Amino acid sequence: MATEFQVNGQAVTLDIEDDTPLLWALRDELDLTGTKFGCGIGMCGACTVLVNGRATRSCITPVESVGNASITTIEGLDPNGEHPLQKAWVQVQTPQCGYCQSGQIMQAAAMLQDFPDPTDEQITSVMSGNLCRCMTYVRIREAIKLAAGEMNGSNTGQASVAGGATNE
Amino acid sequence: MVKKTLIGTIGLGILVLALFLIIAWEPSIDAVEPPGSGQFSQDQIDRGEVLAGLGNCQTCHTTDSGESFAGGLPIPTPFGTIYTTNITPDPKTGIGQWSEEAFARAMREGISRSGAHLYPAFPYTHFTKVTDQDIADLYAFLMTREPVRAQKPANSLGFPFNIRMLQAGWKLLFFDEGRYQADNSKSEDWNRGAYIAEGLGHCSACHSPRNPVGAEDESRAWDGAVVNNWYAPALNASNRSPVDWSTGEAFTYLRTGGSPFHGVAIGSMAEVVHAGLNKAPTEDIQSLAVWMSDLAGANDDAAQPGTQASAVISSAHDRFAPAPSSGQGERLFAYACAACHYNDPSSPNAMRPDMSLNSAVSAPDPVNLIRATLHGVSLEEGISDVMMPGFANALSDQDIASLLGYLRKTHTDQPAWNNLEQAISDQRQQ
Repeated sequence: MATEFQVNGQAVTLDIEDDTPLLWALRDELDLTGTKFGCGIGMCGACTVLVNGRATRSCITPVESVGNASITTIEGLDPNGEHPLQKAWVQVQTPQCGYCQSGQIMQAAAMLQDFPDPTDEQITSVMSGNLCRCMTYVRIREAIKLAAGEMNGSNTGQASVAGGATNE
Repeated sequence: MVKKTLIGTIGLGILVLALFLIIAWEPSIDAVEPPGSGQFSQDQIDRGEVLAGLGNCQTCHTTDSGESFAGGLPIPTPFGTIYTTNITPDPKTGIGQWSEEAFARAMREGISRSGAHLYPAFPYTHFTKVTDQDIADLYAFLMTREPVRAQKPANSLGFPFNIRMLQAGWKLLFFDEGRYQADNSKSEDWNRGAYIAEGLGHCSACHSPRNPVGAEDESRAWDGAVVNNWYAPALNASNRSPVDWSTGEAFTYLRTGGSPFHGVAIGSMAEVVHAGLNKAPTEDIQSLAVWMSDLAGANDDAAQPGTQASAVISSAHDRFAPAPSSGQGERLFAYACAACHYNDPSSPNAMRPDMSLNSAVSAPDPVNLIRATLHGVSLEEGISDVMMPGFANALSDQDIASLLGYLRKTHTDQPAWNNLEQAISDQRQQ
């Protein structure tokens, strides 16, 4: 059956099986391959996208369950790829292999809405479900704090980066 | 002598039967031409729409969302399956030929226009409390709906429950006819809330346990019950939520489908909130909240829920301080759940339902938590436009059992659920 929803601001209608994972719809039908397949059981976070602004594991989300919802993928987080998190990721040179990073950024973007100035504990608790086999966790934490600082229009994020990094 | 006794017994039997027939027999009420929409004012129809929402008529009397109120929904009962009726004004298959008198009698006495007794799956035991004005307004609303020709499937009730006349006996035992009586020791708001909840709202139809013949057990009123495979929590002081159901919490929950200190409405309750109460004005929801909070024996100090919640979350955090030896349940929670469900103790967020505050985790029956974990929460349930994917295809019964067992142990002070893995397996088959 056809499912209608919005992806990165564009209306799309897909005539695919209702139980197709949203991840497959994004990658195979819409060619939005920035979102990655990791574990397929909602445990690693590589497939994280935003559904109506909330972080959601797209590998276990059937397309029928997002009818009429607004989906944001890494391609649509910022029209020019210049979301504060993306800029911080570049500045800190966070990725190593990069495979998990779009999921990391999408999860972090959702987190910063709920925790605009996150503590180490908050970052650890919210981001623990986004696994990185290259162990870039220290730089992920640093980049999140850098971005939070920029988004809050202050230097507090920058100042706490060192503290966050030494805790690892 | 024996002969005399026998004749006496038979005679008495006939007398009792005759008496019962006199009590059980009800006249039919003459058919009328379906009233035209011109017969009702728009104001009255609008008021009726709100009342239909408060009564949540739509949920049981609709199977196909394109054909509202056309009935046909199967209601499983311990006595067999009852199918809901078509309450559109179609003259053949709906209630088009029902006068207001016939409608009022059905609502308040549980008797069809034909004179047949209705089964109490239709909660006339509650609707009997509804005022004349509200009955008239509700009638105006239903009679101005689009008529749908839809014959409901026949009920499949076993003998003797298929004999409608026997319902007269049930009514003698369990039904008190009569309008809502105000409690003058309570506020006007409270009375309005009680009128809605006990009348059209028929809240206790799900939130109170029933006796073996299907009547609400008044000695256990509001103690909570499993209905249609959902646990409808206790609404009295035996409710196990760690944070009080204050008026503010109850209002937020009933208005939005979720509250920061209790979680979200799923299953049947989601329909109550989003397909029923959403029609009602703020004042009615506020009245319901005042009544609900009083029933729960809540401390209504506005600062109380936040203080309680912080303490509960903090102690849950202390109990699951990560350790290298953490068990499977804790690992699953960290990887699959915490990204959305972790909260700062000082400011739990309704969009991130905190498991230490969640009613489903502290409930005596795990069914709601199991169903939410397996099937998720749709965009239409809970807080509108927020969803949770289900883990039915991702996690095994054993995985989910260890996850839910871990939550129960670390996030509540309630005893462990028994046979969790079996309960999960059973829910998969539903």
